[in-house]
Amino acid sequence: MKISVDQTKCCGSGMCVLTDPDLFDQNDEDGTVVLLQEHPDAGHEATAEEAANLCPAGAITIS
Amino acid sequence: MTELIADELPITRQNPFDPPAEVTRIREQARISRLKFADGHLGWLVTGHHQVREILGSPKFTNDPGKHHMLDVRFQGEAPPERRKVEPGMFLSQDPPDHTRLRKMLQGQFTVRRMNQLSEWIGTIVDDQLEHLRSLGGKADLVKEFALPVPSLVICALLGVDYDERHRFQDDTTKLLSLDSTFDEAMAAMKRIQEFMRELIVRKKAAPGDDMISDLLATGEPTDEEASNMALLLLLAGHETTANMLGLGTFTLLQHPDQLKVLRDEPEVVDNAVEELMRYLSIIHFGPVRTATEDVEIEGHLIRAGDTVLMHVPAANRDPEKFPGNPDELDLRRPASGHVAFGHGIHQCLGQQLARIEMRIGFSKLFQEFPDLRLDVDPEEVPLRTDMGIYGVHSLPVAWSA
Repeated sequence: MKISVDQTKCCGSGMCVLTDPDLFDQNDEDGTVVLLQEHPDAGHEATAEEAANLCPAGAITIS
Repeated sequence: MTELIADELPITRQNPFDPPAEVTRIREQARISRLKFADGHLGWLVTGHHQVREILGSPKFTNDPGKHHMLDVRFQGEAPPERRKVEPGMFLSQDPPDHTRLRKMLQGQFTVRRMNQLSEWIGTIVDDQLEHLRSLGGKADLVKEFALPVPSLVICALLGVDYDERHRFQDDTTKLLSLDSTFDEAMAAMKRIQEFMRELIVRKKAAPGDDMISDLLATGEPTDEEASNMALLLLLAGHETTANMLGLGTFTLLQHPDQLKVLRDEPEVVDNAVEELMRYLSIIHFGPVRTATEDVEIEGHLIRAGDTVLMHVPAANRDPEKFPGNPDELDLRRPASGHVAFGHGIHQCLGQQLARIEMRIGFSKLFQEFPDLRLDVDPEEVPLRTDMGIYGVHSLPVAWSA
């Protein structure tokens, strides 16, 4: 699994960090997403999917 | 395709916690249906969870109130488009790129990390307010003494607004959100709050403090007018919504003793309890509204450019397609994430992480400190905010063993 994030779409809702703080963080300056793990291990695949689904701005994609 | 047409938006609720039965009936027949607006426009009513998400997430819809047709349940449907112009800084009503530019200036202030750092401080505000509540003896109005003061104190301190000046915005916020206000009354209330915020910006420029407005001004990015309207939005959004979730949420828990027991016996359930209460109550009475900027086809329905769409968040949050089982039942252990109570799309609530923490601490401590909290009137006597854009209770008389 590969996670991609698009900072230009991100609206800083924090849903990804709330869902899995091991995978995502937020930039202190403008709250946009910071990807911590591009390839999540098996234990984080479900939360990666959930974060992508919950993102209000469609800024997270899973491939 | 035959389409269901509603001549007006049903807003009568049959009980305090559920959306109007008529709206639920419409959702059961068609998650996308037609709705007549005050000027005769045949727009759309969207009640399905998936469909609400799709429209709120689409760049083909605007949130510019000047483009919307009006509902007859607000301002008697009368608010001329030329008087609904969006003022600079009102980013909630703006589209990209203005919305993006302004929201970005604030996003860093509301991150999960920053909000978590406030937990302890919010805890002391809640403790102080509960001590105040206890000092009142054995009964009080929970809205006046707890649910409204907590988020008001928090947002005032964060923004750098003197809480003792709350009379300058609280009554006018009520007028602004009242469905019974005429357009002129609501605009007059808005002007008075704007005047207060303009004065505040002048003061902050002269003497900056350790607060969000001073930080915003220090960036040099927004104009004074933008900063003043941005601060106004944060102030209004920061106290009304959370206050009503605390008030209505407490009423809900008191009326669902089995669920209140779950919250008491399993304190770790509180984060999910907050999500479930948000899903169950939604807190906006109906809405939000968007208008298509180009033709969009959704599930076989052609929404044309210029069509206004009313999304019904309370109905969407009870959609069994998203929340299987019995979505009309409050279940604090249910997976409730994915509700649209904070909205969806680029306008999703900026302060949601703050609201979550305020609710988590507020509900936990309230029921810990007042284990025998009970309603002090018959449930039918609790005055409901059926006349307001933000739903909830006007007051909540409660009692406890002193």
